[in-house]
Amino acid sequence: MTILGQLALWIALLVSAWGTFVGFYGGLTRRRELIASARRATYVLCGLAMVAAAGLLVAILKHDFNVAYVASYTSRDLPTVYLLSAFYGGQSGSMLFWVLVLSIFASLAQWLTSRKYEYLLPFVAGVTSAVTLFFVATMLFSANPFARLAFTPADGQGLNPQLQNPGMVVHPPMLYLGYISITIPFAFAVAALMSRRLDTGWLHAIRKWTIVSWLFLSIGITLGMWWAYVELGWGGYWAWDPVENASFLPWLTMTAFLHSVMIQEKRGMLKKWNMVLISLSFFLSIFGTFITRSGIISSVHSFAQSSVGYYFLGGLIALVLGMAWLLYTRLPMLESESHLESMVSREASFLFNNLILVGIAFSVLWGTIFPVISEVVRGHQVTVGPPFFNQVNIPLGLALLALTGIGPLIAWRKASVGNLRRQFAVPVALGGIAAVVVTAIGMGHFYAILTISLAVFVTATILQEFVRGVGARHRLHGENVAQALVRLVGRNRRRYGGYVVHLGIVTYFVAFTGQAFKVDREASLKPGDSVEVASPWGHTYTFTHLGVSQYDQLNRLVSAASVEVAKDGKRVGVMSSEKRQHFTCEVPTRPCPDQMRRKSFEPSTEAGIRSDLQEDIYIVYAGSVEGTEEAVYRFTINPLVWWLWYGGFVLVAGGVITLWPGTTVRATRQGDTQGGYAAQIVESKGA
Amino acid sequence: MNRRLALRWLGLGAAAPLVALSRRAAAQGTQEPEAQGLYDPFRVGRPQNRITDYENDPFIVGIETRIRCVCGCNLDVYTCRTTDFTCTTSPAMHREVVQLVEGGKTAQEILDTFIAEHGEMVLMAPKKEGFNLLAYFLPGTAVVMVGGILLWFLWKGRERAVAVQAAERVDLSGLSSEDRKRLEAELENLES
Repeated sequence: MTILGQLALWIALLVSAWGTFVGFYGGLTRRRELIASARRATYVLCGLAMVAAAGLLVAILKHDFNVAYVASYTSRDLPTVYLLSAFYGGQSGSMLFWVLVLSIFASLAQWLTSRKYEYLLPFVAGVTSAVTLFFVATMLFSANPFARLAFTPADGQGLNPQLQNPGMVVHPPMLYLGYISITIPFAFAVAALMSRRLDTGWLHAIRKWTIVSWLFLSIGITLGMWWAYVELGWGGYWAWDPVENASFLPWLTMTAFLHSVMIQEKRGMLKKWNMVLISLSFFLSIFGTFITRSGIISSVHSFAQSSVGYYFLGGLIALVLGMAWLLYTRLPMLESESHLESMVSREASFLFNNLILVGIAFSVLWGTIFPVISEVVRGHQVTVGPPFFNQVNIPLGLALLALTGIGPLIAWRKASVGNLRRQFAVPVALGGIAAVVVTAIGMGHFYAILTISLAVFVTATILQEFVRGVGARHRLHGENVAQALVRLVGRNRRRYGGYVVHLGIVTYFVAFTGQAFKVDREASLKPGDSVEVASPWGHTYTFTHLGVSQYDQLNRLVSAASVEVAKDGKRVGVMSSEKRQHFTCEVPTRPCPDQMRRKSFEPSTEAGIRSDLQEDIYIVYAGSVEGTEEAVYRFTINPLVWWLWYGGFVLVAGGVITLWPGTTVRATRQGDTQGGYAAQIVESKGA
Repeated sequence: MNRRLALRWLGLGAAAPLVALSRRAAAQGTQEPEAQGLYDPFRVGRPQNRITDYENDPFIVGIETRIRCVCGCNLDVYTCRTTDFTCTTSPAMHREVVQLVEGGKTAQEILDTFIAEHGEMVLMAPKKEGFNLLAYFLPGTAVVMVGGILLWFLWKGRERAVAVQAAERVDLSGLSSEDRKRLEAELENLES
């Protein structure tokens, strides 16, 4: 099967080269047979990628340790679910996964795109084939997943224990889906430029793709935070690590694009900007892969490093230059159809939103690469860690939060004083009251107070929109509240789904404030010893060490330290934190005899976590004193963490509402019929 | 001895050892518990030291969160020593911080000592001086500059739009007051 997989990759190399050529050439010459061939090449590539992926999967599941990749990332004792995740756990496997997903997305784009936009599809096939060509070539010439060893080891080295976590089964694929799916909107952007059809057609064609990409990125990033929180054991979920930043960058530019594209649809403005944003998002997704793979910037998330990163750098430079040239030659066709009329308008608000999002993206990128720049310019590296990123990004993030409330409610073109008063009087008042209340109850952290105040303001603007919409339907159609709510959202999913997404974002911000009040306490406890930790909410937790038990489990030796937890004197329950020593067996037998066990990796730590709406209790067993049951613990009280995961669910729900198929009210452009009395009056008078 | 007395003595005789055992158990309960040895100490990684007041001292923790562990983990000393329990570098750096604090050094002096030993890279954020100022101020400056350019375009565009509006103005003088009110209300509500 691996031979078939290898063969499939070589054929894919030829087919993707052909697809690239006929895609672009057929699109430019409009030759039907070439266009059809480009489309067929896309489907064939999908089939070949599936064969190659099946080849690697079979090798992994059959423990074919003669395949270097299988020997490096799996072992006989690895649970099946992690055998599956080992498929993308290493360098070449993740690239094959990339090719597989890209080829599926490319085929779906060819298959599902409305015939109205058929003129774009050959170029889309050209771009997706070119990207596939790049990945397949990199795999075949630098990181071949089917490369064989000169001998066959009895067992593999196993998967890194930190990757043996349920979060890692879903987090990387989600992030990859996000990264990879950006290729499709980018391909349509290139297609629009090459075909010189720069109306809003390409934007309509990619609308769902952009939301899908953004949603996958959001889910991937949130799952990554969850994985870091439960697995890495440091009690936080975001450390501004280069690899975390690399996933955040395309999310920021995609978010900016999702907003600015509305201005192009509505007013025919920001055409160049939108091209830049979607290109930037694609480039940043490649840049993220470059950072993860090259090891040029050290990161706790880099589990695979090799020279492949430099292939990505080369590809990235070629892409940027090619796109810059294409954009330059099409500049005259990308002139705005209208202009901003006021700084107090929705367009201006979205523009400022874009400015801040791109500003944050720039500051994150700048901070990520500054150590390298410093080394090049001054000859020595500096460290750019969380203190820098927090200092630079928190004010920008709060400005963005404020715009989340302002943008959707302010009028298009020009907002009057009446509009502002009507939309913002109540939310501003509620935000102000929230600031006073949290200050009065003793929250002494400026940014936290501001965040809560803005969160209340934004939530109020969103709820106000729902209340007004439901009220209007109730009055006009006599619907009850539930009916009115469902129909209101159903009739304009993009708008109300967007509001729900905003609610999710607000929830994230509320969760972030908790980090300002995190409490840590270290203690070494003999069995029966207790330690007290005060939480920021005023509770007192008592942790009593019960002992350490050791047992075998799956492919690891577990040492579990347990504590009894009491909150304000009332028993809460027993929590455990584990040390896991993973092993591989020198002989292929189960259970593995003690003398045949070989330690693989250093012992990993599993935190004990108990969540409620107020705070998380986070316990880490650091180890033991002099080989006894006297355990060294770190106890962390982590406020509001649960809200982060809850915000993730809300955000996904909003995204799904936006994506849900059905009739939606299409955004209308100035000059099109906007309906309504005002338009009729102006029309009749004008006539 | 009658039969009842004999049974009483027998009962007391049986209860006595139980009472003695329970008293002994109660006495043991009040003693300092002894930590038993682990079945296999090697499974839990590197042996740990007992926690002292220094480990939880906010001053020391504050300094350690500003120093990077030089083992290559990318974490600050505090996070590394309380997270990566295989690392021996961060505990050593922690001991050095404790020694310097005991020696009466200020926070800045301690940071300077580490910079002298390991270079500027040991700080979690670059010092705000010289070339590093570019790191801190470029993003903000770029946002402000682009914002300024944006405002300029807004102003320019607004002037153009006002001129276009003036040329396309519709005469609404014949509108009834009722129509005017409806028109104003609807324009007010003209949203997406």
